[in-house]
Amino acid sequence: MIDLTTLIVMILSAATPILFAALGELIAERAGVLNLGVEGMMIAGALAGFAAAHATGSPAIGFAVAAIAGAALSMIFGVLTQYLLTNQVATGLALTLFGLGLTALFGKPYEGVKAPSMAQGPLGLNWIIWLGLLAVPLIWWFLNRSRPGLILRGIGENHHAAHALGHKVRPVRLAAIAFGGAMAGIGGAYISIATVLQWTEGMTAGAGWIALALVVFSGWRAVGVLAGAWLFGGVTVLQLRLQAAGVNVPVQLLAMAPYLVTILALVLISARRGSASPGSLGQIFHTTS
Amino acid sequence: MQRRTFLITTAAVAALTGVPALAQDGEKLKVGFIYVGPVGDGGWTYQHDLGRKAVEAEYGDRIETTFIESVPEGADAERAITQLALAGNKLIFTTSFGFMDATINVAQKFPDVKFEHATGYKRADNVSTYDARFYEGRAVMGTIAGRMTKSNKIGYIGSFPIPEVIQGINSSFIHARKVNPDVEMKVVWAYSWFDPAKEADAAAALIAEGVDVILQHTDSTAPLAKAQEAGAIGFGQASDMAAFKPSPRVSAIIDNWAPYYINRVGAVLDGTWESQGVWLGIGDGEVEIGEITEAVPAEVKAEAEALKEQIASGAYHPFTGPLKKQDGSDWLAEGQTATDEDLSQMNFYVEGITAEIPK
Repeated sequence: MIDLTTLIVMILSAATPILFAALGELIAERAGVLNLGVEGMMIAGALAGFAAAHATGSPAIGFAVAAIAGAALSMIFGVLTQYLLTNQVATGLALTLFGLGLTALFGKPYEGVKAPSMAQGPLGLNWIIWLGLLAVPLIWWFLNRSRPGLILRGIGENHHAAHALGHKVRPVRLAAIAFGGAMAGIGGAYISIATVLQWTEGMTAGAGWIALALVVFSGWRAVGVLAGAWLFGGVTVLQLRLQAAGVNVPVQLLAMAPYLVTILALVLISARRGSASPGSLGQIFHTTS
Repeated sequence: MQRRTFLITTAAVAALTGVPALAQDGEKLKVGFIYVGPVGDGGWTYQHDLGRKAVEAEYGDRIETTFIESVPEGADAERAITQLALAGNKLIFTTSFGFMDATINVAQKFPDVKFEHATGYKRADNVSTYDARFYEGRAVMGTIAGRMTKSNKIGYIGSFPIPEVIQGINSSFIHARKVNPDVEMKVVWAYSWFDPAKEADAAAALIAEGVDVILQHTDSTAPLAKAQEAGAIGFGQASDMAAFKPSPRVSAIIDNWAPYYINRVGAVLDGTWESQGVWLGIGDGEVEIGEITEAVPAEVKAEAEALKEQIASGAYHPFTGPLKKQDGSDWLAEGQTATDEDLSQMNFYVEGITAEIPK
């Protein structure tokens, strides 16, 4: 009844934007930075990437520009929180609102314009999907096996201890924020360039918030992020496919499922002794020197 | 320095987007509009703003219009409507279903201000409601869909299972099946008025199911973009969506609010405004059928246009019996037409649709 191959392709495609954004946020949070501006950085990437892809006719350039735009926007957050010591929650929320408003303003000329078509990669999946899948083991390796990754985690666990050991807390965190911004930008551009094929104001429609939930759901692990992205993407696509096939499914329940699972994961995590969340997450780092 | 530039830029952006111009002039009638989306959405709100511009063109110096866009449905709407009333607007159009309670609340506080609420059902001495018979346009779309499908499967992307959307699904299906007895209808609910990524996924799900004609009751052009990719066809929703002509967009259902807005502003200028509830359709010019492109064969186009004429003249009602409900029970007898009250509470599919309405 439902062709398994097309279903898997659709699930992988639906999971890709949130996978990128969540992997980026994972690195930022592992460095101890809680950036709630994911949605804003995604929408910036969606517009910048679409504009660049449209101007050059090359989706590849679009994704590169999207990464730069996301990283550039994240630097506003980076400077405000790391150097001016603003509250990370408030600044992140502001970044989301700023990104949505800014793109609405600059996106006007791109309404009703179509994107260049993307080349299909192996197995009918475009190469951004492959890149997202490849990023998972790379980030796992970075966080668990590489020295810079361990330093980044150390800073996220206890920035005062890391500072006392001579590690540069602020530069590492800025780099992590920039990486998070770039990944969110690519995720957003995937929506405009590969999924929807056009620019519309507010088109990310909350994907950034799902990415934030994914990081928590994963217990701050790369493999968990991948599993969560497949679960979230899978439920979304599956309920649409089941509806189209005429199967009577409780749509509202299925749409709720990923969020319920996230709440459950949060409860389980907090019930366990020794929280999985980075020790210095969201805290302001301030040295008196 | 970087910080200062940044702050100035943000302030400038805020000034450009957030604050409506509130000029003072005692002579002119001030008319306010509240929009649920951005004026550039290319659909619902865009059409309301075209109506506002038509009012300005019609009455020129005698009036002055103001709008506030992207107002969320809920508590914030009340604040925005109050703001317009305080600014001296004597006629205020609130253009989304979810502004209903906010409109009524503000209207109680400003008895000398007149309000017009779109698609709602709560009225007061200074609150009118107005709506469009979208199902009339859907009948024409359904006819084209039934003739154009090769797989005999047509798909419908619904927003929320409310009477207005269910009317559209039923009307499309009845008229598709009338011209093509083998046609099947697949329905997917997006549970959003506007979520391009989800609408695209919904279109992809329908296409994977063999659907080759997609109708939509969601506001973005994403389903059309997906249809184009897959070689399927679709229709413009709320607005013409002309960027996708001649295919995949083979026609469109367009909301034209301009005649009504001009009429009501004129009534306030004459002093003849009274509270009322209207439901206007193709015949009143409020629902329009966008150009049927050359992707549609001439005889199908002629058939669709003939149906449109019949509906416009009142000779034909899209819900005319004999019609049965999905469960096989009788709904309308031979020659009987649905009453407006029936339609405004429609919560069932007609016979032949195999999907079920989510409860």
